[in-house]
Amino acid sequence: MTLKLAVGLGIAGIIVVFGVVGPLLVGNPSTVRDLGLTGPGNGFLLGTTQTGQDVFAQLAYATRGSLIIGVVVGALTLLLSSFFGIVGAFVGGWADEAFSLFTNIMLVIPGLPLVILISSYVPNKSIWLVAAVLAITSWAGSARVLRGFTLSVRSRDYVLAARISGEKRWRILFVEILPNLIPLLASQVVFAVIFAILGEAGLSFLGLGASGSFTWGTMLFYAQNGLALRLGAWWWFAPPGLAIALFGAALSLINFSIDEIINPKLRSQTRAERNKWSVKS
Amino acid sequence: MRYLLRKLVFYVAALWAALTLNFLIPRLMPGNPVDLMLSKLATKGPVTPTTRAAIEALLGTDTHSSLWAQYWTYLHQLVSGNLGTSIAYFPEPVSQVIGQTLPWTVGLIGLATVISFAVGILLGRAAGWRRGSWIDNLIPVTTMLQSVPYFWLALLLLFLLGSTWPVFPLNGGYDVYSVTPGWNLPFAQSVVYHGALPALTIVISSIGGWMLGMRNMMVSTLSEDFVVTAEAKGLTPRRIRSRYVARNAILPSISGFAISLGFVVAGSIVTEAVFTYPGIGSALLLAVGNNDYALMQGVFLIITLAVLGANLLVDLLYGVIDPRTRARS
Repeated sequence: MTLKLAVGLGIAGIIVVFGVVGPLLVGNPSTVRDLGLTGPGNGFLLGTTQTGQDVFAQLAYATRGSLIIGVVVGALTLLLSSFFGIVGAFVGGWADEAFSLFTNIMLVIPGLPLVILISSYVPNKSIWLVAAVLAITSWAGSARVLRGFTLSVRSRDYVLAARISGEKRWRILFVEILPNLIPLLASQVVFAVIFAILGEAGLSFLGLGASGSFTWGTMLFYAQNGLALRLGAWWWFAPPGLAIALFGAALSLINFSIDEIINPKLRSQTRAERNKWSVKS
Repeated sequence: MRYLLRKLVFYVAALWAALTLNFLIPRLMPGNPVDLMLSKLATKGPVTPTTRAAIEALLGTDTHSSLWAQYWTYLHQLVSGNLGTSIAYFPEPVSQVIGQTLPWTVGLIGLATVISFAVGILLGRAAGWRRGSWIDNLIPVTTMLQSVPYFWLALLLLFLLGSTWPVFPLNGGYDVYSVTPGWNLPFAQSVVYHGALPALTIVISSIGGWMLGMRNMMVSTLSEDFVVTAEAKGLTPRRIRSRYVARNAILPSISGFAISLGFVVAGSIVTEAVFTYPGIGSALLLAVGNNDYALMQGVFLIITLAVLGANLLVDLLYGVIDPRTRARS
């Protein structure tokens, strides 16, 4: 357990707990009070919005909303990218060619403009639809990474040995190859979660998010529209963005640690130290 | 030659996919965008039969012509450059709106991306060369910046450098009151002054990715045998760093350009919204706000074409700088 991993898991854990438990402890985030824009204090931990809504309560619900998007998109991306990346590379032949072409095309078509386009045609979106659209536009990158790695695993000697000894194809895929891919899959899922939360925040900030939902993006959308910036209401627009940044950074730290487990070369070590070590051994 | 051919075939396929996607989306979505657009257009002025035909070809209608026939009409419309009429910028045609806004975006994103790439690669090179040094410890900071949403960073910078300490202007692409657009010095100064903050936002939030990628590749390349050989030959560290290690380490960053460019473009669309920059992102958002489907489709098409074009360029360049790609195919 490195420091990076501990810090990453710690921050991510706190935010997840806040998202799960927080909404149970705070009041209704939409309650309008006759207070106007007030700063932190007076019973409101993070002040109130223009219409007197409790920013802290909103943040709790928004955390839950954004995490749901992240988890759903992460799971969908895992399914899509494994299918197109791993299965294609494993089957080989024309299936691999076709899957790889499809993946690369999806990769060069810019995602967010496509998401904006699709969501502007649908007036009332559920949170699930937004998640599905985000997943459809974001799986290609990890599919390509997974394909490259699967190709290299597939051609290793032990897989060949398994094949010669007459193991079934599905068994080779799930028992021999898949376990090797788990660290990579984990880091791709973590990346997909960051991407989804950022993407949803961007979409909601433009007013194209799921209707009636609370996410970090919708909070920023209302803050922007309520002129929080011009009025200097930092307690309104700073917390949601900071939450995204912290969560994203925590997940990146976790990803670094996974990378270092997969690729020991990346572990922090100065050149001098390594040279010393190689002379000694 | 084969490498070139493969790449061209791929980009033709990608182009076809983008065009077809652009054709299918309005037809598959619920609602009737054509009626909505035509009725909105009618409130602003008379709709000529040509305009009606163009919009029907782009967005699809209830006419009984087959999907194939519609597809051909659509392609024909695209080739002739007729993308319909915009509602948001009535009565300008979509192609004209795109023509006016595209240079702003290409200038802003292009410049910011080049700066971010160059600085990120240099910093990453230094960080990978001296692992564990102060510059290497900068990596977590830049990663943190990378997970900050573009638009939030833009809001923050705008709040700090626009409102609290008014160093930079709050919005727009140039000072509309005091300068006239054209090739003159005051206009150029105004453009640079207004573009600085949006560009800074894009650079700050995208630099981390380049830096990290380059750093990790530097570290991997440093442990290769040929580096040891170079050291044993007694080459100067400087020569090893730039000619032997960095030259090989930069390759994945260049080939990974496709993924990051899409990300940068996406981020800057939203950034433009914050700064009300007169680029294509703002046009897209205005189109979304006005249900201006013709403009939306047009902007999506142009963004996709631009990203495809940039990728094609990078791929061709990659073939030149890395001979192995040519040998392999």
